[in-house]
Amino acid sequence: MRVVVNGEPRDLPPGTTLAAVVPERVRGVAVALDGEVVPHTVWAETQLADGQRVEILEAKAGG
Amino acid sequence: MSAVEHGIVPPLHLGGRTLRSRLIAGTGGFRSLEAMERALAASGAEVATVALRRIDPAAKGSIMDLLERLGLHVLPNTAGCYTARDAVATARLAREAFDTDWIKLEVIGDDRTLLPDPIELLRAAEELVADGFVVLPYTNDDPILARRLEEAGCAAVMPLAAPIGSGLGIRNPHNLALIVEAAIVPVIVDAGIGTASDAALALELGADAVLVASAISRAADPETMAIAMRKAVEAGALARAAGRIPRRYHARASTTDDGLPELGQ
Repeated sequence: MRVVVNGEPRDLPPGTTLAAVVPERVRGVAVALDGEVVPHTVWAETQLADGQRVEILEAKAGG
Repeated sequence: MSAVEHGIVPPLHLGGRTLRSRLIAGTGGFRSLEAMERALAASGAEVATVALRRIDPAAKGSIMDLLERLGLHVLPNTAGCYTARDAVATARLAREAFDTDWIKLEVIGDDRTLLPDPIELLRAAEELVADGFVVLPYTNDDPILARRLEEAGCAAVMPLAAPIGSGLGIRNPHNLALIVEAAIVPVIVDAGIGTASDAALALELGADAVLVASAISRAADPETMAIAMRKAVEAGALARAAGRIPRRYHARASTTDDGLPELGQ
């Protein structure tokens, strides 16, 4: 299946979870799946589906 | 601003927190994390803004570690959002990432002026307040919009001095005074501060605090400018509390004429 992660298309095996595509960070990371926030508590049980868009975000200087 | 005793500026009560500093630090525009850390430490600020952007797995050093070392509260922003929908989604992501209900709400109208879009801003503020956020909206210096944001339940209003990053200083001191006069929530001047005197003037006009990013981060010497800003907000707050003299058209001698000797012909 094809999933777009931070704008880059990636071919992933079926059953891949959100947790598997999020890089290791202690904290300060948030994930949106098709534009909706997904709490970190359910990343491990959230299976990705073909055509979905994942945005993985972290703190950057700004404002 | 409440009464000053012994020259100590009273704390600022903002969104359930008590802050000793009247300066909120932006983190954008620094040349390096090291420069940012020195300036933030020198500023005396207790709150610093951060943005949310796509993760860079190769990035070295984390702004979160830096803010934690300095013991700063994180104020996430919604910079780069043009619609209420995007700003609300970003705020929810920020709450998840940083475990805080505080949000500096920015909804801008175009990338040339970076001025707030008032319609989208108010819409987003209403939605975020309903969702339990402590909403600190970056707003135009419009007294009516400020009132509407306050009525919507925002924890403060943050009128601009001038466009973001312009360093033009307070363009409309009269509007700012009108906002201060009517506001019950804290007024924080956000954006457009160029140098220390601008920050002092904001506090003299009755603002409760200023949020400064570029004026510090893009100064030739950010650490020294951070110190200047720290002293400026303190000076401005004290001057406001002390009560300035009225402006007069003509001079008024400070030395009495009583006992003036006759020395002429």
